[in-house]
Amino acid sequence: MDLVPLTTPSREKLRLAFTVNGEPRDLVVESYKTLLEVLREDLGLTGTKHGCELGECGACAVILDGELVLSCLVAAVECPGRSATTVEGLRQGPELHPLQQCFADHGAAQCGYCTPGMLVAAKWLLDRNPRATRGEIAEALSGQICRCTGYLQIFDAVEAAGRTLRGEPAPAPLLPSVHRGSTNGR
Amino acid sequence: MMRLPRFRYLAPRKLSEAAAALADLGTQASVLAGGTDLLPNMKRRQQTPATLVGLREIRALRARSGDPGSGMTLGALTRLSEIEHDSAIAANWPALAQAAASVATPPLRNMGTLGGNLCLDTRCSYYDQGPEWRAAIGYCMKKDGEICWVAPGSPRCWAVTSTDTAPVLCALGAEVTLVSAQGERRIPVEDLFADDGIEHLTKKPGEILSAVHLQKPTPDARSTYVKLRRRGSFDFPVLGIAASARLRADGTVEEARIFLSGTGSRPTNAAEAVAFLAGRKLTDEDVLREAAESIAHVARPLQNTDFSMSWRKQAAREFAARALRNLLP
Amino acid sequence: MAGSDPRPFNVLGKPLRRVDALGKVTGDTRFADDFAMPGMLYLKLSRSTVPHARIAAIDVSRALAVDGVRAVLTGKDFPVPFGILPVSQDEHALCLDKVRFVGDPVAAVVATEELIAEEAAALIGVTYEPLTTIASPEEALRVPEPRIHDYGDGGNVHKAVAFDFGDVPAALASAHLVVEDWFFYQGNTHLALEQHAALAYLGTDERLTIVSSTQTPHYVHRAAAKVLGVPASRIRVIAPPQGGGFGGKTDPFNHEIVAAKAAMITGRPVKIALTREEVFYCHRGRHPVLMHMRTGVDRAGHIVGHSIETLLDGGAYGSYGVASTFYTGALETVTYRIDRYRFRGCRTFTNKPPCGPKRGHGTPQPRFGLEVHIDKICEKLGLDPAQWRIDNALAEGSLTANWLKVRTIGLVPCVEAVVAASGWKERFRKLGRGRGLGIAASSYLCGAGLPIYWNEMPHSGVQLLLDRSGSVTAFCGAAEVGQGSDNVLAALVAEVLGIDILDVKVVTGDTALGPVDLGSYSSRVTLMMGNAAVEAAQRARDRLADAAGLGIPLERIAFGGSRVFDASDPEKGISFAEAVQRAEAKGGTVGTIGSYRPPKAPGHYKGAGVGPSPSYSYSAAVIEVAVEESTGIVRVEKVWIAHDIGRAINPVLVRGQVEGSVYMALGEALMEEQAFRRLPPRLSGALVHQTPSMLEYKSLATLDMPAVETILIENPEPNGPFGAKEVGQGPLLPVPPALANAVYDAVRVRVDEVPITPEKVLAALRSSSARFGPSKFPAVSWPEALIVPPPWEGGDGNAINEPKRRERPERRRAEVAKP
Repeated sequence: MDLVPLTTPSREKLRLAFTVNGEPRDLVVESYKTLLEVLREDLGLTGTKHGCELGECGACAVILDGELVLSCLVAAVECPGRSATTVEGLRQGPELHPLQQCFADHGAAQCGYCTPGMLVAAKWLLDRNPRATRGEIAEALSGQICRCTGYLQIFDAVEAAGRTLRGEPAPAPLLPSVHRGSTNGR
Repeated sequence: MMRLPRFRYLAPRKLSEAAAALADLGTQASVLAGGTDLLPNMKRRQQTPATLVGLREIRALRARSGDPGSGMTLGALTRLSEIEHDSAIAANWPALAQAAASVATPPLRNMGTLGGNLCLDTRCSYYDQGPEWRAAIGYCMKKDGEICWVAPGSPRCWAVTSTDTAPVLCALGAEVTLVSAQGERRIPVEDLFADDGIEHLTKKPGEILSAVHLQKPTPDARSTYVKLRRRGSFDFPVLGIAASARLRADGTVEEARIFLSGTGSRPTNAAEAVAFLAGRKLTDEDVLREAAESIAHVARPLQNTDFSMSWRKQAAREFAARALRNLLP
Repeated sequence: MAGSDPRPFNVLGKPLRRVDALGKVTGDTRFADDFAMPGMLYLKLSRSTVPHARIAAIDVSRALAVDGVRAVLTGKDFPVPFGILPVSQDEHALCLDKVRFVGDPVAAVVATEELIAEEAAALIGVTYEPLTTIASPEEALRVPEPRIHDYGDGGNVHKAVAFDFGDVPAALASAHLVVEDWFFYQGNTHLALEQHAALAYLGTDERLTIVSSTQTPHYVHRAAAKVLGVPASRIRVIAPPQGGGFGGKTDPFNHEIVAAKAAMITGRPVKIALTREEVFYCHRGRHPVLMHMRTGVDRAGHIVGHSIETLLDGGAYGSYGVASTFYTGALETVTYRIDRYRFRGCRTFTNKPPCGPKRGHGTPQPRFGLEVHIDKICEKLGLDPAQWRIDNALAEGSLTANWLKVRTIGLVPCVEAVVAASGWKERFRKLGRGRGLGIAASSYLCGAGLPIYWNEMPHSGVQLLLDRSGSVTAFCGAAEVGQGSDNVLAALVAEVLGIDILDVKVVTGDTALGPVDLGSYSSRVTLMMGNAAVEAAQRARDRLADAAGLGIPLERIAFGGSRVFDASDPEKGISFAEAVQRAEAKGGTVGTIGSYRPPKAPGHYKGAGVGPSPSYSYSAAVIEVAVEESTGIVRVEKVWIAHDIGRAINPVLVRGQVEGSVYMALGEALMEEQAFRRLPPRLSGALVHQTPSMLEYKSLATLDMPAVETILIENPEPNGPFGAKEVGQGPLLPVPPALANAVYDAVRVRVDEVPITPEKVLAALRSSSARFGPSKFPAVSWPEALIVPPPWEGGDGNAINEPKRRERPERRRAEVAKP
């Protein structure tokens, strides 16, 4: 019976040849690992984060063969020949991706820990729909937990990046209104 | 970091090879499709198959055939996000699109498959926990233990069916094909499920769910899926109500099918409500209310999901009414 | 020094990209678990599966036999206890003789792979002798034996305190109206997205180095030295930027110390990264608090007497709990005028993960109670609750009944701002059934007035190194949690020195590379580190001005645009780099220091150490909700929030802190619960965390977040750097009570409990009392109350029934620093 193109006895290592951020990679890893672990531990691409490793937070999102997926739930044994894009792959040369620019300018990254997953999810959205509305942005990012921002500055940043990608001027960050000089004296 | 346990991996390219492998390996093997249900369970050591039979190389499982005019067959590996965004499905079987769109989160819908969602392991707050937590309660009947903590006197496991697509496919009268080394069989989706938290599928260990068959919709067919959960994303249904019906122009119900998720170990058939509705006008608010009451009557939540049992029972009435209203044009 | 500057600012108030933004958006920022070293081993803790037991025996032989295992540690390797407060040194890195909750670590395995460590840890056999389990504070009061700890205020009471600031019973007896309420605020946890991680190694500098996701590297430093017996001078703690903290990383943790010990034993780098479930066991989150309030008001609604009793569920260890207990009473007085005040607080031990400080530390619970209580009082008196808050706001410069000195107060403008923005006057009580508006206000500290351990040293220090290139490096021990403290440091230094913010390089969170800052807690960093930074920068400015050689009086020398110039003739001047070079030529290497210690507090009674702060921030919120009567489901339509910031150093970051606070508060108010489950006692002694997962511990995702309108009140605070106050915690406080009050406006039922779940709303709607919440407070044997007359009743800040403490500075320490 011919059914072992990728047979991997449990204690054996896995030969993994695949593409990461456009570059071919060929390595040998522990066969029980997930894509998340391979990226972080075997490739040193620690930009991809983890917050639960169970698919419950979105921090580990990457784009795999064009689809937004959670790298904590992709077994490395299923990765040979595939192509992954991580947060490290957003930047083209020294230039930041418009999403990165806008996340930085709009305060969308507070602690920055959910940011890689957010950026990747937002890229996946804008690649398909650069005219995404705020509602569509919220929907597309509904698998990414952020405990710092309350999401609103993230929505602002994705909207602004969409504009940049459409060739429109990016709006300045939305600021709170400031009331000055009033006091509580009595 | 949570790690997968060690496992052996097979990647057959043909369905027959996969079936042969399963026949060979028996209960020591699990099939791996999207991985969004199995891999977390493996990380929590709820399931520790020695071998994973990966289905992703089997092209036939992604195939799609037919059309709304004649009925449609969806390969088991059809991803939930494909269903969510499919205009033909949205137009003809809207409840299925709604249910797919309500599963978990966008990346999980990109990974999770229709077959996987149908076969989703039953869930329970005493079971979906890490190994030390489960050790701390002395385990439970579903894995490594003796007692069902939901109902400690009970001889059975009360883990809950938590799939969004199963009640919809039941309500739509869809069928599935199961393939094994012995051959294949086609059964109504309704018959795929058994009323037991552990043996919740009638699918045998050697069988692979290969395809879902959607019936051709009649012109007057309507369907809907209403989901109760804490948040707008992530959460499994604590109550999912799938309803399909054929309605006359005046709102009279010709025929209906209503199934619930999150209220038992298999999708609950609201047969009494269906019988009551037949020949009655859904536009009549009293009829709608009584039918909703009847649906709520069979929604018997247990204390093993989010929200309190008694509130879920009360909310069921409101959500049932909402589902029935959705059936009206 | 810390005052306002007449010139327009170069950096302050500008929406500049934060200095650490680049690393965050590229993924290059390295958090603790992103560090790896050659030869690194992995550590896994084996945790207790029983809630309360003596450890009879531990068999590690099977674990030791596993291929790849390098070491196994148990409690006997850690005989020395530790804890964040000097009065609560009650933790062992691995349990010594007993376990106190499910999740308490009992053993540790070090192996070449994390999976091997995990597999081996599962082979460790622990024999337990179970003890009676305490699940709630009521049970702790009822069951004094067995004691979870052999210290505290008797039985399973960890701490009980009692204060009378004036005769409250007398005030209530003569009041126009007395309102009595009971409230409950459920516990919840920080859920920072980054799970705690630590990497320990023996550095080539002969220092035991611990890289850890900690908000308080200084305290980890102290605890590690104490437990490991290594001189503190040979320990280096590095706190890389954290993936959120919210108070959850402010204690020294067992896993950090075990990793360090493992590195010492094996001579190899050792890494541990906790799972999400383990983070729930670290906890230190919001205490569940039961409250009983009685308040007397006069005809106009002015509070003549206010009494609060609090009962805290502390969990299994002390943590910050003594301070938390005081905080449930300390800030009750800083928002509204209260003539007399009575406070009783009690924290009990229970067999659950320890509670501690979460955003707002000890104050969101009584704030929830007080603000809902006031809503009810206003309802009874027929007063508009927004106007009541304006009419009863504390005056600036007040000394409160419990002897807190409050300087600037932006409370009234905060209330006025949200009232105007929300259309309150036109819409309150007029939205019709099912829709409602609620208001609440609040106040928070800008740093605790006293350090955690008694000392006379600064709370924060900054050192500046001015390089000939014109680059300035700022060194400070402060930890960047994500809140933007690195940016505060750079912005203040850049502002004073008139240089580009990116010309300031910050080096923070490293005990070997910067002066001590006590840590990122109690909203202290902007004010304390900020003042230290301004002082250091002013001193650098003085040196540069002195050496600039512009031939003009010093007071005319200005700094701006990376130049040093004549304010009256801006063309005349030199570059900043040139000025540094001249200063270096004249006086040697240019380095300056700044440090900060808060002003002395006026209260001198025992316990007066918790509550004082150099400044208090104020917030007010209006929330609009839609409530579905058939299900009790509450949908938040919009939040208007105003925050008294003093001065916004960066409005983009300030907005983020305000909205993030609103977000976290809405989670607490609507759904987050650190809840526990006890199995039927006849079948099992189990007491477990109900939902230790991201999926089942519900926190708001994108589709659950309402629109928020943020308004800042800028009224510079003389004690703050350029007038700045805190913003990281205060804006959380008004949200839960405003939500509860909005639910009342919508459907006229009171949910006197947080979270406000659909179950509770529906239960209230179907209850004849139109209320859901507790209705009793258990009997607590309070200690004899300290009687402290308020300032206006002839008090001097001392208790009249304890020895005067003012003349005895060695005793003028915080309650928290003294057993």
